[in-house]
Amino acid sequence: MMERVVHAIQCIGCPIGCGGEVVVENGTVSEMSGFTCKKGLAYAAEEVVAPKRMVTTTVRVSGGGLALLPVVSATPVPKERIFDCLCLLRGVTVVAPVAEGAVIVSDALGLGVDFRAARAVSPLQ
Amino acid sequence: MRELSYDVVTIGGGPAGMAAALAAREAGAERVLIIERDRELGGILQQCIHNGFGLRRFEEELTGPGYAHRYIEMVKATDIDVWLDTTVLAAEPGGVITSVSPHAGMTVVRAKSVVYSMGCRERTRGAIRTPGSRPAGVFTAGAAQRMVNMEGYLPGKEVVIVGSGDIGLIMARRMTFEGAKVKAVFEIMPYSNGLTRNIVQCLEDFDIPLYLGHSVTAIHGKDRVTGVTVSKVNDRLEVIEDTAFDVSCDCVLLSVGLIPENELGRAAGLALDPITSGARVDQFRQTSIPGFFAAGNVLHVHDLVDWVSEEAAIAGRSAARHARGELPALGSERSVTAGEGLRTVVPQRLSAFEPGKMSTHFYFRAAKPMGASVLQFWADGVLAFERKLRVVKPSEMIVADIPVRKIGDASTLEFLVVPAPEKIEAEDEIEEEA
Repeated sequence: MMERVVHAIQCIGCPIGCGGEVVVENGTVSEMSGFTCKKGLAYAAEEVVAPKRMVTTTVRVSGGGLALLPVVSATPVPKERIFDCLCLLRGVTVVAPVAEGAVIVSDALGLGVDFRAARAVSPLQ
Repeated sequence: MRELSYDVVTIGGGPAGMAAALAAREAGAERVLIIERDRELGGILQQCIHNGFGLRRFEEELTGPGYAHRYIEMVKATDIDVWLDTTVLAAEPGGVITSVSPHAGMTVVRAKSVVYSMGCRERTRGAIRTPGSRPAGVFTAGAAQRMVNMEGYLPGKEVVIVGSGDIGLIMARRMTFEGAKVKAVFEIMPYSNGLTRNIVQCLEDFDIPLYLGHSVTAIHGKDRVTGVTVSKVNDRLEVIEDTAFDVSCDCVLLSVGLIPENELGRAAGLALDPITSGARVDQFRQTSIPGFFAAGNVLHVHDLVDWVSEEAAIAGRSAARHARGELPALGSERSVTAGEGLRTVVPQRLSAFEPGKMSTHFYFRAAKPMGASVLQFWADGVLAFERKLRVVKPSEMIVADIPVRKIGDASTLEFLVVPAPEKIEAEDEIEEEA
């Protein structure tokens, strides 16, 4: 039996926010409409089968001019693992100084995703 | 008291101040100074730890601090002077800037050109006149953002968000990430004022309900906020009786709009645009006071920092030219008006174009959401330029590049947004089929 599902997908790739439809037949994407760039097409195709999101949060800083260091996933994280990543990062403390882009957690939870420092933190003066 | 002189001074070291200073230096201004009241450069970007910045400017998706970092590094690589922890008290016509700081005391700077780049601040509970008691736990979304992302405090555990501006949406996700329960977002308008992508990834992803056409009519609690009363509103934004319901919470975050932080400009007596609350500027971003320029959120509130950087670079280049005496004197400008369908246009006036100038950028805000539309430019009552817009939202700035030859010598310049004529679309389709 043919199974045909039409998903309405709102692209989050950029602030333009294209809305479109993705048709999934028997588990694979058969048609897409409404998306206006390559990035949008890739996002929509992935969103219906394995949604992912970039994750940003903070970790504690010891001995720094700031209490917290913002961190960002280097690549998107599977949506259902976001809170696991947040839980992992909640237990992390970094020691200042920290360079922008430094890897804070590599291969988080075996997902193949690194978390990097979103800014530099200088030592407390 | 110290007295110093500079070619170009930017007041504020956020994205606008940094981009303006860099552009001024690059355009040949020799002595450039950034005055910043915070402990570091970067402005509001430093607390906006989410990503999505820089897609236009750097063609990659950066966090707020990441975007700030790029500009801070560029500033560091120059001989631009930066004063931190320094508050400007006054900037008077003639370019006399009085500032104060704990390390240098009172300082007077004489600047040939001044760029206002103070950014904006949030509207508060008073601005939307919400009745009720005055308990602790009611914050603007941006204040909560600074607490959570920079200072390490959680402002509450059961949260109601008033208004659906982008900062409120971003904070709904951020509070959820930090273990708080965000119960609902209430928006008085029938549409959201936030970017669609933020509604999807900050609310829908976490099943946070968004109530459109709802107003918070009371805030309850004696010492700490205990809840809010919410009612539906009609299309005139009046409360509909018998629709009230209560929501308990220990924290209310307000995301009800931004206003330019323009006290210095107002004190200097510059001409303001009553709708943007920023200065009225020409295409060089020069205000009504010669040598005073404005860029970024102090001029008009932007939704993308990329546009702030671009606009500030225009102001910075113009400031450098003014410092060298190359900018034409003010006095013969033409007014630009935002007509039907539009709320704002920047620049609001045009000075004489420099020789060889091909086109000029205009930024607009729509008055209401519309589907497929056409942006029209009328010069002396003649339709001179049209651009199709797929969709129009008040939350998303419209940017258009208008060729100088289309503007010509016309004295009346007006922009409109009108619904796209369906007939033309139907004809297009027929052509495609043929």
